Amino acid sequence: MIERIATLGRMGLDTVSSLGRSGRFLAGVLAGIPQPATGFPLLMRQLYFVGVLSLAIVVVSGLFIGMVLGLQGYTILSDYGSEAAIGQMIALTLLRELGPVVTALLFAGRAGSALTAEIGLMKATEQLSSMEMMGVDPLRRVIAPRLWAGFIAMPILAMIFSVVGIWGGMLVGVEWLGVFEGTFWGNMQSSVDFVDDVLNGVIKSVVFGFVCAWIAVYQGYDCVPTSAGISSATTKTVVYSSLAVLGLDFVLTAVMFGDF
Amino acid sequence: MAQRTTEIIVGLFMIAGLAALLFLALQVSGLSPKTAGDRYTLYANFNDTGGLAPRGKVSMAGVTIGSIQSIELDPETFQARVALAIDAGIANIPADSAAVIRTSGLLGDQYIDISVGGDLESLSPGDTFYSTQSAMNLERLISNFASGR
Repeated sequence: MIERIATLGRMGLDTVSSLGRSGRFLAGVLAGIPQPATGFPLLMRQLYFVGVLSLAIVVVSGLFIGMVLGLQGYTILSDYGSEAAIGQMIALTLLRELGPVVTALLFAGRAGSALTAEIGLMKATEQLSSMEMMGVDPLRRVIAPRLWAGFIAMPILAMIFSVVGIWGGMLVGVEWLGVFEGTFWGNMQSSVDFVDDVLNGVIKSVVFGFVCAWIAVYQGYDCVPTSAGISSATTKTVVYSSLAVLGLDFVLTAVMFGDF
Repeated sequence: MAQRTTEIIVGLFMIAGLAALLFLALQVSGLSPKTAGDRYTLYANFNDTGGLAPRGKVSMAGVTIGSIQSIELDPETFQARVALAIDAGIANIPADSAAVIRTSGLLGDQYIDISVGGDLESLSPGDTFYSTQSAMNLERLISNFASGR
């Protein structure tokens, strides 16, 4: 009985100390002046792996989500005779919520798990400790470019998702279901505000990108350096990133669109 | 993969992101490049603005000629003072025109429609509409109908 309580307590303390380690880890990554000559090519390579290679999944998901929004929205709105509002429904849903959140979930699943596995394998094969022994700071050389690449790539991916989704919704609404194209775009333009909707969506995706990238690199850096450890770290990245994104989405939505 | 090819592809990726932002700004959100100099302000006082909201439509004869800038309560007359931003091209609204709050469709958004009067003089920037008609109140309409008036 006492052992169970002790185990519970130890699990709690482990979680708290893990959070603390991640905070110190982040401070170590962000500290230090970036050196453009050596740092920039590294950042470029990571932007390619993290951002460009995620484009395929982001574009295809965006297209299909936009098309489904068009179909479902048309069915529901036709009950009230407001099919013409389909444009603003698709645009507001994508820009405010689905764009940042779904892109972050896809990013965590694809790029986040890849980052964790890569850094975990570097730790398991002792590349990180041999870098330290050579006097190269692994946080600056390995981790920081990956963190910044995730931070920069996420808003771009989220915007591309929204644009492709709106285009997919237009395909379904205008071409297939026969909504008049002028009303589609006109209603959308009159109800979407650049600062309130588009920029808020961008701010959300920046926050989500930072959180997903941080969780991914930290789990890789902190994993148990065995193959089982790497696989559990990759799972933890995806799960924690998803939970963090959905929780932060609620908080940000309440702050941005709530009535405070 | 060669360093140069990687850089070019990442550059294209950033350009795609920028293009997406521009598309969202101009096509989707209707951020029109209309400067403040293109419009002038007129005011209208209403007893009841109903569901009127800023950025609503201002139209004349069914054509959109401007938008609603702000809605404030006048603390002395207890009426709503609405500021309308009218396009500078429509500079000859007769001085006895009325600003009426209409609803588009039965349950749609509310907007301001300007019924043209017959005066030879025009409203100049900063003027207030002489006659206004407040928003249709569904409850009042139903109670009028029910009590047979």
